[in-house]
Amino acid sequence: MAKINNSGQRILRKKEKQVRYLQANSRELNSTFGYPNNTIKTSRYSVFNFLPLNLFEQFQRLANAYFLILLFLQLIPQISPLAWYTTVIPLMVVLSITAVKDAIDDVKRHQNDNHVNNRSVLVVMNGRIKEDKWMNIQVGDIIKLKNNQPVTADVLLLSSSEPYGLTYIETAELDGETNLKVKQSISVTSNLEDNLGLLSAFDGKVRCESPNNKLDKFTGILTFKGKNYTLDHDKLLLRGCIIRNTDWCYGLVIYTGPDTKLMQNCGKSTFKRTHMDHLLNVLVLWIFLFLGGMCFILAIGHGIWENKKGYYFQDFLPWEEYVSSSVVSAILTFWSYFIILNTMVPISLYVSVEIIRLGNSCYINWDRKMYYAPKNTPAQARTTTLNEELGQVKYVFSDKTGTLTQNIMIFNKCSINGIIYGCGYDKNGQKVKVSEETEKVDFSYNKLADPKFSFYDNTLVEAMKKGDHWVHLFFLSLSLCHTVMSEEKVEGKLVYQAQSPDEGALVTAARNFGFVFRSRTSETIMVVEMGETKVYQLLAILDFSNVRKRMSVIVRTPEDRVMLFCKGADTILCQLLHPSCRSLREVTMEHLDDFAFEGLRTLMVAYREVDNAFYQAWSKKHSEACLSLENREDKMSDVYGEMEKDLMLLGATAIEDKLQDGVPETITILNKAKIKIWVLTGDKQETAVNIAYACNIFEEEMDGIFIMEGKNDETVRQELRLARNKMKPESLLESDPVNTYLNTKPQMPFRIPEEVPNGNYGLIINGYSLAYALEGNLELELLRTVCMCKGVICCRMTPLQKAQVVELMKRYKQVVTLAIGDGANDVSMIKAAHIGVGITGQEGMQAMLNSDYAISQFRYLQRLLLVHGRWSYNRMCKFLSYFFYKNFAFTLMHFWYAFFSGFSAQTVYDTWFITFYNLVYTSLPVLSLSLFDQDVNETWSLRFPELYDPGQHNLYFNKKEFVKCLVRGIYSSFVLFFIPMRTIHNSMDSDGKEISDYQSFSLIVQTALLCVVTVQIALDTTYWTLISHIFTWGSLGFYFCILFLLYSDGLCLMFPNVFQFLGVARNTLNLPQMWLIIILSVVLCILPVIGYRFLKPLFWPADVDKIMNRIHLWTRHPLLPPTQTKLRHTRPRRSAYAFSHKQGFGALITSGKTMKDKQAVLAAHHPKGAGQGPQKAGLRPKPRGSGRRKALRVTRGTHRSEQLGRWASTAGPEDRTNAPSGGAAGGKARSDHRLRGCRGARTLPTRPERRGAPACPSCSTTPGGRETRPPAPQPPPAPSPPARSSPTVSSDCPCGDTPQLTRAQLYRCIHISFAGPERAQRPSSQPRDRGGGFRTASPSQAVGALCPFGPWFRSWYLPESG
Amino acid sequence: MAMNYNAKDEVDGGPQCPPGGTAKNRRPDNTAFKQQRLPAWQPILTAGTVLPTFFIIGLIFIPIGIGIFVTSNNIREIEIDYTGTDPSSPCNKCLSPNATPCYCTINFTLEQSFEGNVFMYYGLSNFYQNHRRYVKSRDDSQLNGDSSALLNPSKECEPYRRNEDKPIAPCGAIANSMFNDTLELFLVGNESYPTPITLKKKGIAWWTDKNVKFRNPSGGESLKERFKGTTKPVNWVKPVYMLDSEPDNNGFINEDFIVWMRTAALPTFRKLYRLIERKSDLHPTLPAGRYYLNITYNYPVHSFDGRKRMILSTISWMGGKNPFLGIAYIAIGSISFLLGVVLLVINHKYRNSSNTADITI
Repeated sequence: MAKINNSGQRILRKKEKQVRYLQANSRELNSTFGYPNNTIKTSRYSVFNFLPLNLFEQFQRLANAYFLILLFLQLIPQISPLAWYTTVIPLMVVLSITAVKDAIDDVKRHQNDNHVNNRSVLVVMNGRIKEDKWMNIQVGDIIKLKNNQPVTADVLLLSSSEPYGLTYIETAELDGETNLKVKQSISVTSNLEDNLGLLSAFDGKVRCESPNNKLDKFTGILTFKGKNYTLDHDKLLLRGCIIRNTDWCYGLVIYTGPDTKLMQNCGKSTFKRTHMDHLLNVLVLWIFLFLGGMCFILAIGHGIWENKKGYYFQDFLPWEEYVSSSVVSAILTFWSYFIILNTMVPISLYVSVEIIRLGNSCYINWDRKMYYAPKNTPAQARTTTLNEELGQVKYVFSDKTGTLTQNIMIFNKCSINGIIYGCGYDKNGQKVKVSEETEKVDFSYNKLADPKFSFYDNTLVEAMKKGDHWVHLFFLSLSLCHTVMSEEKVEGKLVYQAQSPDEGALVTAARNFGFVFRSRTSETIMVVEMGETKVYQLLAILDFSNVRKRMSVIVRTPEDRVMLFCKGADTILCQLLHPSCRSLREVTMEHLDDFAFEGLRTLMVAYREVDNAFYQAWSKKHSEACLSLENREDKMSDVYGEMEKDLMLLGATAIEDKLQDGVPETITILNKAKIKIWVLTGDKQETAVNIAYACNIFEEEMDGIFIMEGKNDETVRQELRLARNKMKPESLLESDPVNTYLNTKPQMPFRIPEEVPNGNYGLIINGYSLAYALEGNLELELLRTVCMCKGVICCRMTPLQKAQVVELMKRYKQVVTLAIGDGANDVSMIKAAHIGVGITGQEGMQAMLNSDYAISQFRYLQRLLLVHGRWSYNRMCKFLSYFFYKNFAFTLMHFWYAFFSGFSAQTVYDTWFITFYNLVYTSLPVLSLSLFDQDVNETWSLRFPELYDPGQHNLYFNKKEFVKCLVRGIYSSFVLFFIPMRTIHNSMDSDGKEISDYQSFSLIVQTALLCVVTVQIALDTTYWTLISHIFTWGSLGFYFCILFLLYSDGLCLMFPNVFQFLGVARNTLNLPQMWLIIILSVVLCILPVIGYRFLKPLFWPADVDKIMNRIHLWTRHPLLPPTQTKLRHTRPRRSAYAFSHKQGFGALITSGKTMKDKQAVLAAHHPKGAGQGPQKAGLRPKPRGSGRRKALRVTRGTHRSEQLGRWASTAGPEDRTNAPSGGAAGGKARSDHRLRGCRGARTLPTRPERRGAPACPSCSTTPGGRETRPPAPQPPPAPSPPARSSPTVSSDCPCGDTPQLTRAQLYRCIHISFAGPERAQRPSSQPRDRGGGFRTASPSQAVGALCPFGPWFRSWYLPESG
Repeated sequence: MAMNYNAKDEVDGGPQCPPGGTAKNRRPDNTAFKQQRLPAWQPILTAGTVLPTFFIIGLIFIPIGIGIFVTSNNIREIEIDYTGTDPSSPCNKCLSPNATPCYCTINFTLEQSFEGNVFMYYGLSNFYQNHRRYVKSRDDSQLNGDSSALLNPSKECEPYRRNEDKPIAPCGAIANSMFNDTLELFLVGNESYPTPITLKKKGIAWWTDKNVKFRNPSGGESLKERFKGTTKPVNWVKPVYMLDSEPDNNGFINEDFIVWMRTAALPTFRKLYRLIERKSDLHPTLPAGRYYLNITYNYPVHSFDGRKRMILSTISWMGGKNPFLGIAYIAIGSISFLLGVVLLVINHKYRNSSNTADITI
């Protein structure tokens, strides 16, 4: 890998040497460089070059080229036994069908191109905005982009409507990620804003790298007013992105049209060919050899004949002048036979195959059972070349998130203080299974409830309404301890932005039960507790990490108590609990077992009340740890550890990682079809294994599950061998056939045979170990081990590794692989596998765009494979067998005739029959066979997945079957030649006229042939629709009609030399002999086939035959309805993992960066200090379409000053750390990098005057207003164990003094923010604000912006202010 | 990371927005065709269908075969080889190329009388009328009376296209090699004076050939004028317009010529030469007895080991004598019947065993 990367970079470096220069607003200068304009062209042809180009492309195909050569051979009269039109007409038809298809495709592309190229865009021209078409955009133009518009070209962001020149974009087209990304312009250009004068006067020169396809790489230098500014990809908006949440922005066009990164990336994806294609190529080669052999034999025969007979026959048939001896004649005859027997290679084979695949693809597109109504997406076959491969899949590589799971977490159950909630019970106390009808809990008491949330256990709500203390505390903890951000566009309609869906589910649950997390600022969290708004001061977030597996928040309650709320993995949290919770822990652990039994993701929730003094001391330590430069990680975790101990257990949550519908059933069915399913996921092992169990990839009955987690070559090898030792001990012996085979050091393209283990095993391997295992010498070891396992989970995989695994499988196994995924990280795998299936889902379209088939639900995979795939495969196999057979039978007749015609390359048939045979007479029946045939219907296909087995081993069409076709063809041609020959020999009709003339013989033979192949196909057809009847019998009837036309007087008299068979039809079709011949030939050709087909299942019964028997039995006696296989219930197992989000989110929250408007306010207030590093990915700005917060706009002056301040502050972040600024260089003045290092544990040194008496959750009243809380010091609820009583919250919680921010004040804040930009009267406790107006729109932000933290920012970095 | 760029995707932004909006419903139509639910008949190959097929084929084929065989056997046919390769043969003398014209007479006896219409054929062996270069060596336009083709025959006729700068009519190797022996049949009755048998030379060609495919060139008064500017084929003695005295059997529409021009499919073939029509219901057309055949021996076949035969045959509804079809039918019928029995036994034996080894699903 490393090597590849290096070489890749080297190449890149070379490319970088070419540099692109351009100057803004200077078309004259830029035109000298000859950059392309912004026209894109995905079409391949134009009107003028279509014919030559298309023909050129078509003749690159081997078969077409062959027929072209043949055509030229036929033009040589000395050797041509056939008229030129026998090849020209079929070739023309074949070529024109393909050409029409190509033309239609290209017309579509032209239309799309035109559509895109003619889109209008606003261009800045001489101080004015002009509308222009996309295609007219030139490098160096400045264009204006509006919200929700796609970006026209790759443009350098100059300025935008947002502060600091921020622009939000969605890059779903490019990398598949739907989350918004932030781009930011450099300061000097963002000052241009939308001042058209300035913009059109902007003459910055850009020097940047030449176009390349690296999406995340861009380097350049902007020279403007004599200064150089470096540019990186953060400043570049790429074509294909869509502007979101940004009213307008201006950009300087850097790359246009074909130079854009989007177009540079759209290199032709590798054309996938099926195994069948390869097989066909091999077979065509075989046919060529066979053909050559036959021609050779016949040529020799001709030589002998000319020598023995022809020489003496010269009285009547003299040799041509140029023929000097029989050898010359033989050589010429070789080519003549080469022409005659050309039909061995079926000219229409490839076209027919394409038509069939197209038809079967259409069926996939048309299938209503693969249409997903909620998203209005039908299944889509994006390539039409891989259909039959769908019926041969052996390995499915599946992504997890978004493919198996919906990536939706649902709060399903919880255990609070030893009571389990969420298991629905009916009135009789019986557990009910949740279904559509189950009554949902009524959340109408809560106006802020999320209507989509559903819960089925009323007891929890009753407990909530009763005011159960523990339940309240539980949900309070859930509503506080998280890093979710909220948005409230319309009042009361909260939208949560959670980085991990687990968290979102928990917070949503809390919200519905009455603890509504409403908004947050970097220092506060506003919670509406049962209708009552409370603001908690957020003191610290002890963020999640993979090692800690937990997160905590420290808050100061309105009652001025310091509380720590913690949630995390039970394994970790158990060790941190206060000893007094032991008995509760036991109960809760039992509940956790129950949850795990159901495959739920569990979390434990705990809290701790922290002594104020202790907190202060800790906070200091924490700050120090934060700022320390060495071993910060260790120090931080030590500090965290000090705080997170002696926790009081509250309960546990159970979240359902909702599988997509029908996933376990689908996987069970696919398993029965002997398709092995591997999960390749970037997720963690625990989650992946959990899901693997949930969706039946792993089963409890498995004989063993191996975990590979070696950290180096040797351990991985040992682990692999150990696993193999258990599964198949003899495979480690030297004497094992596979080992001996491998020891012979076979040539590179070799296949590892299938090995059968002694049981059912599963294997888990993680990315690190896999990296070692994929290295050369371990590859085979890995492959052999892994292929013996039934289910394999690969976790922590990089996208590249996913592809590597697929490639490995493709390299050493003769199997068909299918990769299914939905995200950009699956693209490599999708492209590597034989078949790539994309799930059209939430994660953008990248996977879909690169896939061969797009479905919207994983469960459709079973239909795609077992129904459509199987049908396609069966049809293709039937088609190929029949197609080869009919051509052999057709062509080999010439071989037999050679022995009676002096090996003179005389054809048996009329030339017109040769012309039409493949094209007209036999094409429709075979099409109807391969488009309509069904051996069993879809229900049976799904009911008996075992029917899929023949495809996997390619039993229906392989080299053996091909040889069978050949034998059948030889036999049929033999019968078809000799029966008529012997019959007409020396025979007369009832008028005494002899019937053994050449033309009658031709007619008899060709008619018999056609009847035989028609009956043969009728025998192959198992599904006779009306169309099949029409096509099959119609074709035969049509043949007779054509016969009378071709042999009619009129046509023959017009062209006597072309249509020579005048009157033959009339004379010969009257002959009783002819019909007797046909009947006899048909019976003779068919009887062996029937006998073989009848005897084969008797002598060599395959499983499929038995199933077919059973199906036929059931079809005839529909007494035994098929029963659905039941899913086995799983044994309990410990799942216990929940967090799936990445670390570092807490830091962003406390930094306040995500709240853009707030920044603006702050900046406005502290013009000199408001600094802000570039926003990076990872934060989630508001979702698209939030038509938001521009209600109040700062004046231009303020805006400007913000920027000034910002740029001033970027100068020296170090200074700010120590800045003694009571106010000015306030909160925002922290460098981003430090922030990240600090992992979010930003404590807030609180100002003394703010430290009012903390309100404890159980205080009955607060001075601010109505209190709805339950009375505090109640004894713990009934079921709680006695041990709990010791450190209850209530007992040591002093209730008391005025909190520093009253609810009334809070409301006023909200009011102010609604009222307008006029200055609000500041509450007395608030420090002075010297900034300008307020820029807020939503009440939540208003609260965040105004009330609590303005002053705090000033003391942000101050040491404990005394 | 190469992408498959599609301009449409860029514009549309991929999957459509959810229903409810203006996006059209993309649910596929619920038609039997699109959903692959077309009503269909699904025949299954089972013992119940296969075994009866074999028996029925047997039962039908054997009677048909017997019928054909019997019919074929009832046909009278006699074949006389007059090539003269045998030194004792009266025609042996004609083998040397010098003796032209050469006449010879062959005696033969009919053991049984021939009733009904009797047909006289000449048969050639080892004569490759189906050789590729031979078959194509003709110009159908010319034979159809096309005047331009008459004077400018097709290239296919080479090397018999032109002779001495004149176009050959009829051109080509087929016409050039036309059979030109004359056969006459005499009944040696009880009387010493043999009676000649009337040989009808018209009605031996296909109607379509005689009336549609072959036409004399139009124009001039006499046939000779119409063929003006052409020359006779190299091997011919007389030009084409002197083939027969009757105008409706002369030129290209001479029936002997037409019959010859219909090339045979196999190197051994017979061609209809003359008809012997039955005179009355009472007398056989050719009564049993001694006959002799007068041959004007012109046609050389010895050089290439060819054989010449004269065949007399009666005819049935099935045509001439050819036992092959009857035998084939009987044979196939019997085999089919036997196979049916064998399959029945096998089926009986194996079906049980395969049923007991039931699948476990």
